[in-house]
Amino acid sequence: MSEEKRIPSRKDLLDIASLSVEEVEHLLKTAAPFKDLFKRSVKKVPALRGKTVLNLFYEPSTRTSSSFEVAASRLSADVTNFTVSLSSVVKGESIIDTIDTLQAMRTDYVVIRHSAAGIPNLIAKHTRASVVNAGDGFHAHPTQALLDMFTIREVFPESAGRKVLIVGDILHSRVARSTSTILNKLGVEVGVLGPSTLVPTARHGFMKGFRNWEEAFAWKPDIVYLLRVQLERQGEPFFPSLGEYHRVYGLTAKRYQRVKDEGIYLMHPGPVNRGVEIDNDAMNYERSLINTQVENGIAARMAVLYWLRPDTAGESKKGAAERA
Amino acid sequence: MSDSPNPETERILSEADIANTVHRLAYEILETCRQDMPALIGIYTRGVTLAKRVHEVLRAAGQDLPLGTLDISLYRDDLDNLGDMLPTLETSEIPFDLDDTRVILFDEVIYTGRTTRAALDGLIDYGRPAKIELAVLVDRGNRELPIQPDYVGVELATTRQQYVKVRFREDDGKEGVFISK
Repeated sequence: MSEEKRIPSRKDLLDIASLSVEEVEHLLKTAAPFKDLFKRSVKKVPALRGKTVLNLFYEPSTRTSSSFEVAASRLSADVTNFTVSLSSVVKGESIIDTIDTLQAMRTDYVVIRHSAAGIPNLIAKHTRASVVNAGDGFHAHPTQALLDMFTIREVFPESAGRKVLIVGDILHSRVARSTSTILNKLGVEVGVLGPSTLVPTARHGFMKGFRNWEEAFAWKPDIVYLLRVQLERQGEPFFPSLGEYHRVYGLTAKRYQRVKDEGIYLMHPGPVNRGVEIDNDAMNYERSLINTQVENGIAARMAVLYWLRPDTAGESKKGAAERA
Repeated sequence: MSDSPNPETERILSEADIANTVHRLAYEILETCRQDMPALIGIYTRGVTLAKRVHEVLRAAGQDLPLGTLDISLYRDDLDNLGDMLPTLETSEIPFDLDDTRVILFDEVIYTGRTTRAALDGLIDYGRPAKIELAVLVDRGNRELPIQPDYVGVELATTRQQYVKVRFREDDGKEGVFISK
């Protein structure tokens, strides 16, 4: 076919940091035609017909796992959901045993979420299936980053030089880590605001730290990205009470008014804790991109599944490509 | 000479030949469809260019027909054989209602017929056209499926070992139909 520049596939998607700018751009570009399919009455395409996708979730997550499920179904793949906390782990099955099981099931794609960082890398190394990291510990959540960037590009096609303020518990957030990495890769400026005990300063030199909303507003952000307050961390040292959090770092009614006045866009990875990180009214803000993020998540994940190449197709003859 | 960088390659249609062929295709469509004017849909990449050119000629003749584009990458039957180099996806744009519309699909070359098969599957997911026809610049034979074009620019007798390439200025920076010896 045509000789235009093509980006080779990879076997796995484990984090954003290891992707090149060209690969990120390729995935963002591919997500757009996928999103366009959602307008048709037939939303499905046969690209992954006959392939199997296994959703392997060691941590509960309704949104991410159903987003992957919809993405895989719209590519015509067969999807199996495996919520492990309820099954084998209880029976003492090790990760290595799980890998052997996957291998025996001849799964083509494994979407994995685990509370321990690095587990997806371990599985990727030992299986022929393509592995997509759907969140591992505090490490990475690459598809969230891609959908966030895709969403930002929709409102700011020339995204370089734009400013995104991330608010919340940066330290414990894989969303913050992956999303700030992709923003930085594509030249978007990143500011962070959160309890000082929860904002890492050393590791990410490119992030501009703010002590309070006043300072952050003065920086003139184009987008405010609120992180979810992980309620399960309540009572841990360094974590303020919810009331205090809302007062100091939450998007209160007053701050929401300022966001509206300045036309700042709002993002949030969901699920939202109303009244904690975000005021109730702000959920209906016309420049809230929160629902768009959900829709774009499906398109971005379709782009990822379509781009990855498992080793499971290894036996099929290579020569046929020439005739295409 | 500079048009065929590879000495093993022969240019069999020049820029002027292509223009004449496009013109003839357009008028054949005009004649055949007089009672029921179709919508034109080009298959990415060069089928889109071909459709645009035919559209241009028809517009000059007083017929401004609906024009769309179709990317068939997601419908190909050989994704497993493409190795790790996937085609770049384009956005299919069909800015009109397909239901009960007569449609002519455009592709620059018809060979095995597999692209057309994929295009039919793709198109049908957008709606239910009244009729689908196929127009090509070059028919090089060697079909692997029972699919035939309705409007043909030129027919070439080729072997499977040869390759035929259509190059359009808009897509490739040069123009011509090339065949390997």
